[in-house]
Amino acid sequence: MAEVEETLKRIQAHKGVIGTIVVNAEGIPIRTTLDSSTTVQYAGLLHQLTMKARSTVRDIDPQNDLTFLRIRSKKHEIMVAPDKEYLLIVIQNPSE
Amino acid sequence: MEIVYVYTKKRSEFGRQCNFSDKPAELHVDILPDPSLTDNFIDRDPCDVAIQCTQEMSEHEVNTERFDCEPCGINHVEGGWPKDVNSQEMEQTIRYRKKVEKDENYVNTLMQLGSHMEHCIRQNNTIDIYQEYFEEEEIVEEMEGQPSAKTVNVFRDPNEVKRTATSLSWHPDGSCKLAVAYSSMEFQKVTKDMSYDSYIWDLENTNKPEMTLKPVSPLVCLEYNPKDSHILIGGSYNGQIAYWDTRKGSQPVEMSAVEHSHRDPVYKVIWLQSKTGTDSFSASTDGQVLWWDIRKMSEPTERLVLDPSKKGNLDNALGAFSLEFETTMPTKFMVGTEQGVVVSCNRKAKTPAEKIVCTYSGHYGPIYALQRNPFFPKNFLTVADWTARIWSEDIRDSSIMWTKYHMAYLSDGCWSPARPSVFFTVKMDGTLDIWDFLFKQNDPTLSLKVCDEALYSLRVQDNGRFLGCGSQLGTATLLEISSGLCTLQKNEKALATAMFERETKREKILEACHREMRLKERSRSEQSKEDEAKDGEAEESAEELVACAEREFYEVVEAEMKKRGKDDKKEKEKYERKLGKTVSNENIFMFTDYLNTSSQEF
Repeated sequence: MAEVEETLKRIQAHKGVIGTIVVNAEGIPIRTTLDSSTTVQYAGLLHQLTMKARSTVRDIDPQNDLTFLRIRSKKHEIMVAPDKEYLLIVIQNPSE
Repeated sequence: MEIVYVYTKKRSEFGRQCNFSDKPAELHVDILPDPSLTDNFIDRDPCDVAIQCTQEMSEHEVNTERFDCEPCGINHVEGGWPKDVNSQEMEQTIRYRKKVEKDENYVNTLMQLGSHMEHCIRQNNTIDIYQEYFEEEEIVEEMEGQPSAKTVNVFRDPNEVKRTATSLSWHPDGSCKLAVAYSSMEFQKVTKDMSYDSYIWDLENTNKPEMTLKPVSPLVCLEYNPKDSHILIGGSYNGQIAYWDTRKGSQPVEMSAVEHSHRDPVYKVIWLQSKTGTDSFSASTDGQVLWWDIRKMSEPTERLVLDPSKKGNLDNALGAFSLEFETTMPTKFMVGTEQGVVVSCNRKAKTPAEKIVCTYSGHYGPIYALQRNPFFPKNFLTVADWTARIWSEDIRDSSIMWTKYHMAYLSDGCWSPARPSVFFTVKMDGTLDIWDFLFKQNDPTLSLKVCDEALYSLRVQDNGRFLGCGSQLGTATLLEISSGLCTLQKNEKALATAMFERETKREKILEACHREMRLKERSRSEQSKEDEAKDGEAEESAEELVACAEREFYEVVEAEMKKRGKDDKKEKEKYERKLGKTVSNENIFMFTDYLNTSSQEF
């Protein structure tokens, strides 16, 4: 429990990190550093996207699996680390 | 409350009462069957009756209720919560969350994911993976390999007796037509059956010319009017000028009067820039330059005699071989003469004496081509004898750049209209040279053997891509040059300007040096003359000078021949070794000639 806290705190403390969200398999945000409405949006949308991405990877090669998903946009980068049950989402502003 | 209306009427007024009574049945009519009527009918035997032994079914239509679809977006609102947790209640959600966080699986997963994530975050922070490294650098277009030129089409003289293609002119709009003037330039070689015609060729059709021009005497030069693409003007062998309108047919529309024309073949005729678009001028080896208005060809509008002594004396005049006129400088024009001198003239001068502004000498033979650089009008190209020279208007004594002396006579040349540093020359051995002096100055960038006979004329089309050359046997060859030679390179103008300026400066410095030296010599010789006047040293007579010059000349020739002999011997030995037998001397000359020509072809 404490390690989890420490990990999340460390992640949040990195340069450029705007927010961190932990989402479970049902799409419920367990832990978040952003405000509620943004969190809900990110959780719902990214969950679906991650599912789609994973299914794509597995369709092409069933032995393969999705390990990481990075979406780089004009303003920032959204990084999603998927797992069977949970999803760790971090929004970072990459160094310019 | 009901609304009632009551009215009364007497019984006697609405008819009698009905009285019904019973009566027993009565037979009114009885019709018995009449057997005689059966004669009107025939028994049908057999009778076809359809019977079916199936279930009886009935048809019935049914339509289901339509399912209404509507596309719409989803707005994610909190969801996914299990049934027992009310998402609105903060307490419940917090409790649920806390429960999840206590799950061991959660802890392990998150540790793993966290480390993975940290790696990526750190990556992002160290390096910007989408950094544009070469943003400002423009894509340098590489020249596609070697410069090359390839023959696209060949137009042969359809007549039996072949004449030389002495002049070519491109159609002013687009590149669909080429006018070629044919005449025999050899003195008195015109036979009776030699035709006088010149042709306009359509570039696609090499079998038959599109149009024939029938002059009175063979045409030596031919030009399309840049303003009106139907009008062509031609200078003929007998000195007359004629003009054609392609809409009106093969005969010239008008010819100049014989008395007032040139007395020698007209070597060049150029259209002038004027409001009416009908002015032109012509030059011939009789020493005159005449101006014509094609509306009135009976007499030239102006006449200039190229007399270097400026007296207008026709006997002294230099024969004109080529003309140059640049539309950006309408008052000046230049004439290249047979004597190897370029005369620069001013059109607007009042007296004929002032017309000739200055002369540039430096060539040893007639100047076959003279053209200003389309990008740098102050520099012009002359092609004569065995060299091509580039001159600057300011330097009168010598050219600023020149090519080496070739083995064959150069017969025509012109600048490329697309690139300021490229020009083309053709030689009497049938080769076409493309020079790019920003790339290489000693040798042509590309040397192509177009045909076996001599090439007499050359013309580049306005886009710089196609060029036509005319040969001695009347074959006009159309070549296409590679795009590297006809597209303007980066900085080319600046580099060419720099080169021209450098060469001009060099010549100026040399000129200044020479002048100084001459001054010194003169002052020294004057002094020495005073000192040695008593000695009576006779000046060298003219004959002695001539004899001296002859001696020197023969010495040089013999030295060259000896060198050639040594080379020939070496070649002979090599050849013998190859063949394994001795070779006679005649074979050597043929062999060395072959070697010489093959070394010229790139």
